[in-house]
Amino acid sequence: MTDKSSYDAALLPDLLPIYYKKLFPYGPYFKWLNYGGVPKTYFSHREFSFTLKDDVYIRYQSFSDQQELEKEIQKRCPYKIDIGAIFSHKPKEHKTIKAASFQAQEKELVFDIDMTDYDDVRTCCSGADICDKCWPLMQIAIKIIDRALKEDFGFEHRLWVYSGRRGVHCWVCDENARKLSQNGRSAIAEYLSLVKGGDQQTKKVNLDSNSLHPFIRKSVEIVKERFDDYAVKKQDFMGNEERQKKQREFKISKHLTEEIMLQYSYPRLDVNVSKGVNHLLKSPFCIHPKTGKYFLMVSSGYPVVPY
Amino acid sequence: TDSNTDAELLRFDVTSHFILRLAYCKSEELKRWFLQQELDFFKFRFNNLTIDQKQEFLLANSLDYKPISDEEKSSILSDLMAAGGRNAATMDTQEFFKVPFTEVFDLIQRRRVFLSRGYAFVPRDDLVSIVITHYRTQLSHALAMTSRALPHLEEDNRLLPMLSGLSKRYLGEDYGTKKNNAGQVTADMIDMLSRQSFPLCMQQLHQACRRDHHLRHGGRQQYGLFLKGIGLSLEEAMKFWKTEFMKMMDGDKFDKNYSYNIRHNYGKEGKRADYTPYSCNKIIMSNAPGTGDNHGCPFRHTDVDLLAQKLRLANIGKDHVEKAISFVKGGHYQLACKSYFEATHPPLPDGEDISINHPNQYFDESRRVLSGEKKEGPRLSQPPRTPASKSTQPSQNTPQSQSSNPTQTQGAPSSQLSELGEMEDDDDLLASMDS
Repeated sequence: MTDKSSYDAALLPDLLPIYYKKLFPYGPYFKWLNYGGVPKTYFSHREFSFTLKDDVYIRYQSFSDQQELEKEIQKRCPYKIDIGAIFSHKPKEHKTIKAASFQAQEKELVFDIDMTDYDDVRTCCSGADICDKCWPLMQIAIKIIDRALKEDFGFEHRLWVYSGRRGVHCWVCDENARKLSQNGRSAIAEYLSLVKGGDQQTKKVNLDSNSLHPFIRKSVEIVKERFDDYAVKKQDFMGNEERQKKQREFKISKHLTEEIMLQYSYPRLDVNVSKGVNHLLKSPFCIHPKTGKYFLMVSSGYPVVPY
Repeated sequence: TDSNTDAELLRFDVTSHFILRLAYCKSEELKRWFLQQELDFFKFRFNNLTIDQKQEFLLANSLDYKPISDEEKSSILSDLMAAGGRNAATMDTQEFFKVPFTEVFDLIQRRRVFLSRGYAFVPRDDLVSIVITHYRTQLSHALAMTSRALPHLEEDNRLLPMLSGLSKRYLGEDYGTKKNNAGQVTADMIDMLSRQSFPLCMQQLHQACRRDHHLRHGGRQQYGLFLKGIGLSLEEAMKFWKTEFMKMMDGDKFDKNYSYNIRHNYGKEGKRADYTPYSCNKIIMSNAPGTGDNHGCPFRHTDVDLLAQKLRLANIGKDHVEKAISFVKGGHYQLACKSYFEATHPPLPDGEDISINHPNQYFDESRRVLSGEKKEGPRLSQPPRTPASKSTQPSQNTPQSQSSNPTQTQGAPSSQLSELGEMEDDDDLLASMDS
């Protein structure tokens, strides 16, 4: 585990300019977001937003090419960069356009898995903390979602990144993913959701039908591989009276074993992040201002520990 | 049947559809509602056709799908069965169609279809879903076009007045700030009012807020707008939220992260729309609570056993508890809420009845009953509700009138300054600002 005391947020104003001058990978970044220049306006119509020092937030930034992007980032030194949608017009010119004509048109399909959404089933940490006892949740989440995106939906270009603090993001960059409507994104996010319910629902996974959909079956298999190590050894999920009590409240049902395993380990997605075509999401290669951590890329399979 | 009557009926049908397009194209919420109704209606009509008529319809609309071969079917047979919940007996005769997943979003949403490598294997019975997806895209596009064309209609006397009345006609009360109760409720009255007159959903949120000194975004929206609807002014709302939240955070953090949201709900930021409090329909059907959330409808979103326990602890009497629970089991959440109302209030005056459609209505009825007022005249049952059309600014803005005011008079935190601009859907930004 990294030594947290070695990062001092006060140094950020001095370190960021160096990072943006020497380390930020403008070339590959532009190459990605340009998508081969098809169509030519793709990059210049992309919205970026910057969070500057003292939490000043500015939207509708756009750039005509890599050079302009580089220049502006180095000049502003944003603490955070978000990537938004590709619009019908250059975002930086949006005020000169009729509101009804300025539309978000395309964007990658994205997913956000946040560790705080697992607080009711984590025994080791809560909030923004992560340790090696609960990081497996992210590994399981990545494996399950990635398999589905690839094998069920046929998506080929999937980028998984660690957010720098408490979760992971996935960017699906296939052309048909970028062209999805809000309806489509919402449908995919729902398909991938199995854990539902607020604080008033103790049992959050309900597999009602007789047979298990192949997606559920395959996800359960992935959970089973890691369940003993994660839930039993690391989380000790039945380890005391209070934890056992929670499960005794679950009614008997045909797939109770699977339901319990899924409630403790299945990925919890924030559907709102995925469904909006214009939703802004933190860019890869940002430094997280609170942790100083690089927005690392993880490869799928069982990713390495980045925190 | 008489072919003249048929032609006449068809004409009415088509005309009414286009009238509704005009009336419901103006805002996102209206469009969404209309789209949903049209799709449900279409599905109903399509499913009533015979197999031949369905085939005819598909061909006429160039939706000519061919079923997969027997070999392909048998190679994925067990997955097809598991996905659709079918047994082996029906599988032999059932034809399956392989279509790109983008054609059947509603089947995907409900996970009712087998997916492989981007293709969905759709049984003949579910072909309607493909058609629906196409219809949705088409109608959605048409509504957007209509809405853009509307300002160009060179007349303002014949159609427009009628249209703007149309979408509001089935409304019932929407509890926007048009009500003249603003300022009637102050922050220090809320505890007492919550015990006496809040519906269970808002009591739950209030208790969670007092307990945790915090609420997540969904809860702040549902509860905050309700409070606005009962007459809590912006100033008092700030007082309420800030006092409570400051038990867990300092004032600066509150100002930075939450004050914008509150002012936004009161129409003082961004689009400056008058956001209306959520109706029961909205709370039950959309916006389901997730981990850590306390919003939603307790009758819909609470485990039945836990709900029964809560109701018993609320001392409302065994009969009322049983009544409420049996309504919940039957899916009649608003009737369950009504039982709760009946259990916690003196009996309604003779001849009166209420049906709960809106948390603010529950509150108003409660205040009325507790103060002994009688209603004038017999109570009519509510017509079906449609969403309120928001009083947004007209979609055509000159560049000057559209610019958001970057400078704020108080020492406002700089986090919300500069080009926040107009958002397509402010809710997205607000949700993402939830730290």
